Amino acid sequence: MECVFGLVGDGFAVIVADTSAVHSILVHKSNEDKIMILDSHKLLGVSGEAGDRAQFTEYIQKNVHLYQFRNGIALTTAAAANFTRGELATALRKNPYFVNILLAGYDKDIGPSLYYIDYIATLHKIDKGAFGYGSYFALSLMDRHYHSGMSLAEAIDLVDKIIAEIRSRLVVAPPNFLIKIVDKDGAKEFAWRESISQA
Amino acid sequence: MARYDRAITVFSPDGHLFQVEYALEAVRKGNAAVGVRGTDTIVLGVEKKATPKLQDSRTMKKIASLDSHIALACAGLKADARVLINRARIECQSHRLTLEDPVTVEYITRYIAGLQQKYTQSGGVRPFGLSTLIVGFDPYTGAPSLYQTDPSGTFSAWKANATGRNSNSMREFLEKNYKETSGQETVKLAIRALLEVVESGGKNIEIAVMTKEQGLRQFEESEIDAIVAEIESEKAAAEAAKKAPSKET
Repeated sequence: MECVFGLVGDGFAVIVADTSAVHSILVHKSNEDKIMILDSHKLLGVSGEAGDRAQFTEYIQKNVHLYQFRNGIALTTAAAANFTRGELATALRKNPYFVNILLAGYDKDIGPSLYYIDYIATLHKIDKGAFGYGSYFALSLMDRHYHSGMSLAEAIDLVDKIIAEIRSRLVVAPPNFLIKIVDKDGAKEFAWRESISQA
Repeated sequence: MARYDRAITVFSPDGHLFQVEYALEAVRKGNAAVGVRGTDTIVLGVEKKATPKLQDSRTMKKIASLDSHIALACAGLKADARVLINRARIECQSHRLTLEDPVTVEYITRYIAGLQQKYTQSGGVRPFGLSTLIVGFDPYTGAPSLYQTDPSGTFSAWKANATGRNSNSMREFLEKNYKETSGQETVKLAIRALLEVVESGGKNIEIAVMTKEQGLRQFEESEIDAIVAEIESEKAAAEAAKKAPSKET
């Protein structure tokens, strides 16, 4: 029932993920951050097996940082995406990671970009994408309302439409969502959309 | 004597490990490097030997960042330095991955020193020919630290230290002139120590400053020139002041 979706706008990319940590019929917590800040200008939205989620993304993050220290310059978003896919591919036929990833980044000369990386190491560069049962609703709404070069306000409006649709139509809809964006000023948390507050 | 410097695993009859001592010689031939610890600033300075005209000097950085809060300068064999720095960088990230915590300066110094020691006790390898100056801020207490390692694998903490060419003169200067400093004063002290043994000017000195908030910052040649000019004028003023009273008597 995990939902992760994202899209590219005018000079930014946004990733939205639900924040439920679920084990069988129990909800452990409803404020789990599933969008990792990979480095200053990259976001990694992840869904899938909880242990793999943490293990794999932290491993990718540390390797991205190591590259930066070794070479004095950050990886491009494309390079990070290809590295991530490579790691998934190598592990696939031995000890696969069960994680689905949306990688968003901002590069100085290229602008914003979004990559779709699924658990069997598929890699696609995309403008909009989604994982999970929520993707049925997210992709349909994005097909209807997305156009390239959306402003931040328009994009967040579309995100809210998608969250509303998921909440109303998905039988076990996650109550809370987290929105993070990346633009020329860096990757940061944008907003929470809570329907159950964590007191 | 000649028989005891072949393989490093052999002690000489009077208890020397000659390969380690020869490695220290290599360090003594390397470029001068100095480190000074202030209350809120730590400064690393390295002598820049004359750059050949056709060489792109930007590719010859002498002060390396190990992590966002740790930096290293060294004297000795630069190729060996590359290997050690690479291993240290991997260890910094590995520590963050397994322990969810950044390394302390002491931890990474112990790691580098341990690596240097391993190569004094293995067959068929030679020690690393460099001494390092490692600086950083403790990620929790925020306390500044300066450590030094050498080819034998020993390490210790210092308030200020120098290694490489003419390190004894620099250390003597630092012992005479060290006092608790902060900010720009710490930078000046480091540059003054380097100027004891290095030709004056921004072309011949590389300076990097580590602060808790901003991490490591490398100084531009023009900034260094400005501080050197300040130091020279202070020196001249001190000389004049010394001469003036004797005139009055």
